[in-house]
Amino acid sequence: MPNSKIDLSISALQYVEGIQSGSFTAEEFVSSTLEHIKKHDEKLHAYLDLNQTSTQQARVIDKKIKSGSKDIGACYGMPISVKDNICIRDTRTTCASKILDTYVAPYNATVITKLQKQDAIFLGKTNLDEFAMGLTTEFSAYGPSRNPWNTDYVPGGSSGGSAVAVASHMCIASLGSDTGGSVRNPASFCGVVGFKPTYGLVSRYGLISYANSIEQIGPLTKTVQDTAFLLNIISGVDTHDNTTASTASVTGTDYLDGIDAGIEGKTFAVIKEMINDNGTDPRVAASTKKAVSNLEKLGAQCTEVSLDAVDYSVAAYYTITSTEAASNLARYDNIRYGFDFPVQEYEFNSYISKARSRFGPEVTRRMILGGFVPSAGQAGKYFLKALKVKNKLCKELDAALDSYDFMLAPTVPILPFKLGEKIDDPVALFLIDINTVTANLTGKPAISVPFDNVDGLPVGMQILGDTLQDKAVLQAGYSLQNTVRNDLPEVALA
Amino acid sequence: MSLDTSTTTTTVTTSNSNNIDNLPPPNTKIGLEIHCQLTQLQSKLFCSCKANYRTYDTNQNVCPTCLGLPGTLPLLNKAAVEKAIAIAQALQCTTPPKIAFFRKNYFYPDLPKNFQITQLNVYGDTSIGSNGRVSVEHKDIRITRIQLEEDPGRIVHQGASEKTQTTLIDYNRAGTPLVEIVTEPDFEDPREIRLFLNVLSDLLENLQVSDPTLDGAMRVDGNVSVAGGPKVEIKNVTSFHDLEKALVYELARQQSLVSRNIPVEQETRHWDDKRRITISARSKEGDLDYRYFLESDIPWIVIDNNTLKQIQKDMPESISSKKERYISGYGIAHQVADVLSSDKFFSDLFEEAQKEIALRYTDNSGIQNTAKNIANIITTDVMGLIDTREKQGTSKLRAVHLVDLTDSIKQGIISRSAIKTALPEIVSSGDSIKNIIQKLDLGNVSDSSELSELISQVLSVEKKAIQEYKTNPASINYLVGCVMKKSDGKADPQTTLKLLEEKLAGN
Repeated sequence: MPNSKIDLSISALQYVEGIQSGSFTAEEFVSSTLEHIKKHDEKLHAYLDLNQTSTQQARVIDKKIKSGSKDIGACYGMPISVKDNICIRDTRTTCASKILDTYVAPYNATVITKLQKQDAIFLGKTNLDEFAMGLTTEFSAYGPSRNPWNTDYVPGGSSGGSAVAVASHMCIASLGSDTGGSVRNPASFCGVVGFKPTYGLVSRYGLISYANSIEQIGPLTKTVQDTAFLLNIISGVDTHDNTTASTASVTGTDYLDGIDAGIEGKTFAVIKEMINDNGTDPRVAASTKKAVSNLEKLGAQCTEVSLDAVDYSVAAYYTITSTEAASNLARYDNIRYGFDFPVQEYEFNSYISKARSRFGPEVTRRMILGGFVPSAGQAGKYFLKALKVKNKLCKELDAALDSYDFMLAPTVPILPFKLGEKIDDPVALFLIDINTVTANLTGKPAISVPFDNVDGLPVGMQILGDTLQDKAVLQAGYSLQNTVRNDLPEVALA
Repeated sequence: MSLDTSTTTTTVTTSNSNNIDNLPPPNTKIGLEIHCQLTQLQSKLFCSCKANYRTYDTNQNVCPTCLGLPGTLPLLNKAAVEKAIAIAQALQCTTPPKIAFFRKNYFYPDLPKNFQITQLNVYGDTSIGSNGRVSVEHKDIRITRIQLEEDPGRIVHQGASEKTQTTLIDYNRAGTPLVEIVTEPDFEDPREIRLFLNVLSDLLENLQVSDPTLDGAMRVDGNVSVAGGPKVEIKNVTSFHDLEKALVYELARQQSLVSRNIPVEQETRHWDDKRRITISARSKEGDLDYRYFLESDIPWIVIDNNTLKQIQKDMPESISSKKERYISGYGIAHQVADVLSSDKFFSDLFEEAQKEIALRYTDNSGIQNTAKNIANIITTDVMGLIDTREKQGTSKLRAVHLVDLTDSIKQGIISRSAIKTALPEIVSSGDSIKNIIQKLDLGNVSDSSELSELISQVLSVEKKAIQEYKTNPASINYLVGCVMKKSDGKADPQTTLKLLEEKLAGN
């Protein structure tokens, strides 16, 4: 039963308290959320598909709670949304692409299994740029999502649907994926928290690969505490993902415990290349100054430093990700799954070409790029050079992190822009990634915290820390969040 | 690569081009690429499906990972890495301290991900092994590289004509651990290749990594060049025998071009086993750009010294070491030791027999003689009798039978020639030697009266031999042989000789 008295804007931790204190039931909360989605998602388009059994699942969990069973997971039926490039068994998983229009995943991603064990309810699959390539969600084959702060504006991307769903209270929290900022960018544009963990901290098993060497699943939440809460559940070494083995030393970390430790005496480096005058909106630069001042008030030290390789990071990023994308997406040949079309008149290569004509413009662009930059005769000029930049960036950043605890920058150098405004200028779009790709290329953890609201649009600040220092990053993010949390406006849905 | 293999052929004008006795053209260089499945492993290279896919119905030995479904990740089979390192060690290769995997990107219907996870030496040596060698009849064949990779699925073409043909794919094989062994172009004659491949398959079998007799478990491509010309890759050869034929044909073809001053083209050619010729692959595989790059879903694997030492320790004794031990330890003839040591099944049988011998004999000469006799029985009688994997699997012959058999001969209970009769019965029933001797009435005739009767019969017809004995006493052996024959091999040779001598002296 929907209950109009329920406040859907509460955080994950508040949800757990509410259930525990009997303020509402999981079923009430879930059905109220569904009602809310019905009302607003036609306009916002955060969801691609909704789980038709979520209220039934909530009822089962309510029964378990009522029976006094001690076997209740930490999520207590919390409604969570999931980016549609993460597999949920027996659920359509499209990557917002026509080529996977009818694809139903036969297995659960590890993050899904872990959350299910903790009694989370998956409310639905959220919209994204096709195969997570893009930063506005306009490249979804199923139509764009809209920014709840102003529906004429893009919500960011590629996890745009997830950010919109969290910001407009169409779920408690969401899982996205971050290849070059795809969690942090929409989090910044929609005024929610977005976190990209250390590479390997969260299993990628069941995340449909775009650029597998640098991407991670990450939470989008209303508070930094909620991110810590979810990270406690989804992180950990997974036998289904060999790259998680490198994070074994932090297994069992409680990211929520001591999140309020403060940042007194901590040092922040503000990366010059990420706030330069060319690309940074003055309003965003002003917010960054305010963030520096707020951090210093808490006893932290902030210094401007230069990371030369950052200037080349976007070029390196697109070279490497296109190469991996062309390879990762090569499997969509329409042989083992896909859609039907008459095979007569085709031989193998023309058949694949025909099947691949279903890819959208951005995916096609990157696959062509990805076929070119690592090819014989070109690799030295592009792909191998990009790997060198990546290597140099790692060295420069490691050196900086020897001297400073964190790197600070605005998550995105500009404010959200209007739908359609930049869609025909791919290079201009690429450059918006300048502040986020460094964390991916170096494998470091980074969080985007809602920090400001300028002309009715949110601004996020990014804190980046050292490898496996995810807990410290969350502590710093928590401190920064609390300097503004009570002053930021509430989103007002039409 | 194209699915369609029909294409134009280059005409070869040499007569008798498949004649294997032709000498290879001058400056022939042949290198091989051998793909060998690690059939003895439990699971595939990156998932838990079975490495032994052969017993499954079509597309029943598959999972999301080996089908390359979206979101799956390769999980490296550590045992496959260890087995591949063991192969590298056995081929005297160097294994680097860190190994890595790469993606080889190309489209083919049998390749679920449209890239193959394999190895490559671009960031220094990162594949399982490099710079090894194999000794074949006093010649060293250098091994360039050994790499671990995944086998693709299997394509099945159905229907006769091109119009009615359908192509089906069976993914049961996809992801089977495969070791690719690349040689330097050290072969100068196709005939050397068969010897090399025999040595190699014996070696792989001895390592217990692969059963090369299984269909498709070992596949070989060749690179051929003559007179310093470009190399031509020969693919699609299904048997060792055909490989030799294909290479002989290809050498003749190239030689024919060279003799007419027509340049040999660098290309890939397929062996057409119906027409017995090589034909140019329509699209040149050499031109394919595989866009190799690091497979980051598999972190680099550190092979430290301890791991390497442990793998070496766990490796079965090598064929050459076995051979040496058989010769020096038991005084077994060089050739017998050679044959025995290179066959895993029979050398295991021989080793098993040694354990039994050690229980029965304490003196060195007793041990040696019995071992020698058993080695001879295995190589002259047993090998021919159970000569297939199937027969070996069902055979009830055990080492103890062989020891009982040699002991019975030694004790004069049966003669050497009774072995041929006894063995098939042992193999099929597994009954004790004692029972078999009774059942088949194999016991020696040492009863003097019975023997005397036989001797008289022989002497009554062998007048000439008797005459000869008078001048050449050694010719008595012929007469012993005649008696043996008459007794169906059951006459005890010692007693027969003694009685013969007595009779002839009496004459």
